[in-house]
Amino acid sequence: MNRRFTWFNATSLTLGFVFLYLPILLLVIFSFNESRLVTVWAGFSTKWYVELFQDEAFLDAALVTLRVALLSATIATILGTLAAVVMIRAGRFKGRTLFSGMIYAPLVMPEVITGLSLLLLFVAIGIDRGFWTITIAHITFSMCYAAVVVSSRMVTFDTSLEEAATDLGCTPFQSFIKVTLPIMAPAIISAWLLAFTLSLDDLVIASFTSGPGATTLPMKIYSQVRLGVTPQINALSTILISIVTLGVLTASFLTRRAESKRKADELLAGS
Amino acid sequence: MNISPNKKPSARFAPWDDPAQKPLVRFGNVTKRFGSFTAIDNISLDIYEREFFALLGPSGCGKTTMMRMLAGFEKPSEGTISLGGEDIADIPPYKRPVNMMFQSYALFPHMTVEANIAFGLKQDKWPKQQISERVEEMLSLVQLTKFAKRKPHQLSGGQRQRVALARSLAKKPKLLLLDEPLGALDKKLREKTQFELMDIQEKLGMTFVIVTHDQEEAMTVASRIAVMDDGKLIQVATPEVIYEYPNCRYVADFIGDVNLVEGRISTTAEEMVKLSWAEGQGDIDISYKNGCSAGENACLAIRPEKVHVTREEPQDVDNKIRGVIHDIAYIGNLSTYYVKLGNGQIFRAQESNRRRLANREFTWDDQVWLSWRNTAGVLLQK
Repeated sequence: MNRRFTWFNATSLTLGFVFLYLPILLLVIFSFNESRLVTVWAGFSTKWYVELFQDEAFLDAALVTLRVALLSATIATILGTLAAVVMIRAGRFKGRTLFSGMIYAPLVMPEVITGLSLLLLFVAIGIDRGFWTITIAHITFSMCYAAVVVSSRMVTFDTSLEEAATDLGCTPFQSFIKVTLPIMAPAIISAWLLAFTLSLDDLVIASFTSGPGATTLPMKIYSQVRLGVTPQINALSTILISIVTLGVLTASFLTRRAESKRKADELLAGS
Repeated sequence: MNISPNKKPSARFAPWDDPAQKPLVRFGNVTKRFGSFTAIDNISLDIYEREFFALLGPSGCGKTTMMRMLAGFEKPSEGTISLGGEDIADIPPYKRPVNMMFQSYALFPHMTVEANIAFGLKQDKWPKQQISERVEEMLSLVQLTKFAKRKPHQLSGGQRQRVALARSLAKKPKLLLLDEPLGALDKKLREKTQFELMDIQEKLGMTFVIVTHDQEEAMTVASRIAVMDDGKLIQVATPEVIYEYPNCRYVADFIGDVNLVEGRISTTAEEMVKLSWAEGQGDIDISYKNGCSAGENACLAIRPEKVHVTREEPQDVDNKIRGVIHDIAYIGNLSTYYVKLGNGQIFRAQESNRRRLANREFTWDDQVWLSWRNTAGVLLQK
């Protein structure tokens, strides 16, 4: 590999990062703007953050979003894990390809269509739209992602581990709990994190399936922006960005530590 | 050679020859099908207590299926399998007094060596004190006491293999199953571990059933070997019998090297037959006790190491053939001579290299005589 520093490399690197991060950087800077005008700098202030935390509508939306995300991520992970177990373990049966295809299809389904079809369903069976319908909708689409993440790890899972547990006296259920789950835990946690993030991010499906009294944060931001961008929104977005960044950094730190520990262990085994 | 008296058992261990002995494991007309594929075809087999029994065969011969049926992971489609006189067909694996050592070792990666060995004991709700004593005992048996707190990925291949063995022995199973237990080890370590396995089996007085495709491994460790092919048992006997008296071409060819000479029985005398095998060549004398009649097609199977190569025509031998050395395979301790006979057939003869290579007697294209006694080979009928 050519590791030499050239002007060409430097330029493309800079351009790339500017392209990716300039909008976000502007947003963060202007969240600390004294002025109400978003595009004019008038000095440093944290007053929009203070105001944000006094705005009950925003806090409500944040709470709804968080509850929806926690609940839907948890249920979607459970269902997705079960689906993955079935897909990998059931072996060959008639219609297996169709079945697995149908699990993965919603990944590429346009969100608008998913949202619309769920809306029609809820209307048809007469459920009042609100917190629960958003949660159910989020479970529906994030379950597929969870299934994909878990099954990609499940493929490499050595089934003789479960057989060994059974051989040593575990019922199939016990061996799943004592052996399979702990080994699969990292994949299940990343599936949960992915489902959680997807639910936090979602605007389109939530808009279709929500009703009065249940507004998620992305919906709230979107409706506010239509009336004009306020520095409050910038402040809120900055908070969200910080949370996500913190999460990503923690995850990569944990991964790196596990990796270096594994390398040290392998050295130990060789000695 | 001297055999020290304490090494020589006073009575030969051969429960299979004693009709009063009850087998520990009995397969009764067992058939196992997977869909339309028959993996095990009507097998009946007895395995006795304290045996080190080997199931030997090429991959796909059904040996692993036999083992998985003993462990309880597969159910026979037909027939019965009993353990200590009790039919175990409907007993799930977690209730059988049978443990298995897996080919991949299947050590639980999230548990220490200690916890791996204690796993089955905890599952059986042993008291804490007894568990730690048993784990201690197992660790010292496999010489891994120092490694108790390590995780499986912190161990070398050989150490993992021993943890797997300790874990499967911990529950004192009536029957231990070993699925290609040494397959992942290199040759030197494998040979050493074979003797360790035999020592442990003898020390604990347990019954081991080993599945292997390695004939040398089976010959080394086993009290009896079952040679399998295509879902059937071909021959079940001690290693010596399997090697010296194979009952068919398949076994003769699968275990070790063999020369097969096709021919027709020309005359039969008392305990002796003559095999006519090529025009212009003298008949071969073969010592044979079972009945057979002249005119039958048959085949001589003779191991290369039982054939002598000499430059001069040998006197006072039962059989001799002339040939030309076609090729020599030198493997250090032994040389195998590929000798071309008058009819074009290649005949293998093996001599141990007692002298240095420089003084070797024969070389390529030498005219030589092959000779062997009439008891050296066996006659295989169609």
